[in-house]
Amino acid sequence: MNEQYTTAAPLLQINDLCKRYPNMGNYMSVFHMNLTIPRGRIIGLLGPNGCGKTTLIKMINGLLAPTSGAVYINGMFPGAESKRVISYLPERTYLENGMKVHQMIDYFADFYEDFAKEKAYSMLESLGISPEARLKTLSKGTKEKVQLILVMSRNAELYILDEPIAGVDPAARDYILRTIITNYNPNSTIILSTHLISDIENVLDDVIFMKNGSLMLYTSVDAIRSQQNKSVDAYFREVYAC
Amino acid sequence: MAWELNSDRPIYAQILEKLQVRIVCGIYRPGEWLPSVRDLAAEASVNPNTMQRAFSELERSGLVITQRNMGRVVTQDTQMIEAAKRKMAVAQTESFFANMRQLGFSDSEIVSLVNSYTNDANNANHAVVSK
Repeated sequence: MNEQYTTAAPLLQINDLCKRYPNMGNYMSVFHMNLTIPRGRIIGLLGPNGCGKTTLIKMINGLLAPTSGAVYINGMFPGAESKRVISYLPERTYLENGMKVHQMIDYFADFYEDFAKEKAYSMLESLGISPEARLKTLSKGTKEKVQLILVMSRNAELYILDEPIAGVDPAARDYILRTIITNYNPNSTIILSTHLISDIENVLDDVIFMKNGSLMLYTSVDAIRSQQNKSVDAYFREVYAC
Repeated sequence: MAWELNSDRPIYAQILEKLQVRIVCGIYRPGEWLPSVRDLAAEASVNPNTMQRAFSELERSGLVITQRNMGRVVTQDTQMIEAAKRKMAVAQTESFFANMRQLGFSDSEIVSLVNSYTNDANNANHAVVSK
């Protein structure tokens, strides 16, 4: 859309990526994945349980070493430089239970130079979460909201959200999706993995379908709708019918 | 409130229709500024790129004109808006007749049903007013 933002290297490139966990025999959790992700997209990473989504995400974030193949972020291997531009929401929360919400915000602001405190406080207010609350006093869903607020308050180039909406109520889900839409900018891309396809499909540009560790399909939502005459949700149910 | 969208058709096409309706029925008046892509995307709960695509189609049809760096306005050509309105009315009529024929009605039966419906509706309105 905006040529001025395109740099030589794609935002995210994955070349022939494989991951085999130790003690898993020959089973490959990620098997010869190739992907090129441009800027300015909102992408759903979809697939049944255990198809390798989280393993892939962890390799992009440098938390797991690939068995073979490579991940490039802006042309570089994962490392300190890539963590500066990637805002990552893991599948589990890692917040320090003894801390208060506002202390967590200070911690993030200290850690990431692209963190926008005012954004975080305004989202907390919209979701009715007190900055004075201690994290251990919050419910599981509220903790997930806090975590997501922290991740979305960064002005990152790549947001990777692993199951961001599974644990929160439908009203908060709508708010989170609106937040994703209003935060959208043509220089950054959001990849989010989820099973709740029908909730998010109107928000997505593209979808990635994974199966048994391999890339099955990488296309736009409207392409699926116009070629299959069905929603991505219905198509998913057909493709992965048990 | 997110817009009501069907699951089986491309999203941009459905958004395009909804924007056309808003222009045709005067929610967005001739010569008026349209909301930004981002605001409308948030209102509809759809992806901004999808909204952008719907806007591009609107521009191509001429109903909307882009003012460089400022935004978009609805065309002042009321004849064009009227033509778009006609086209939508014809499409609605076609799909109504198709559905009725599927139920086994002949065209003349459909017309007489429509006539009696409008008479009933007028009487009903009248009753409410006279109360």
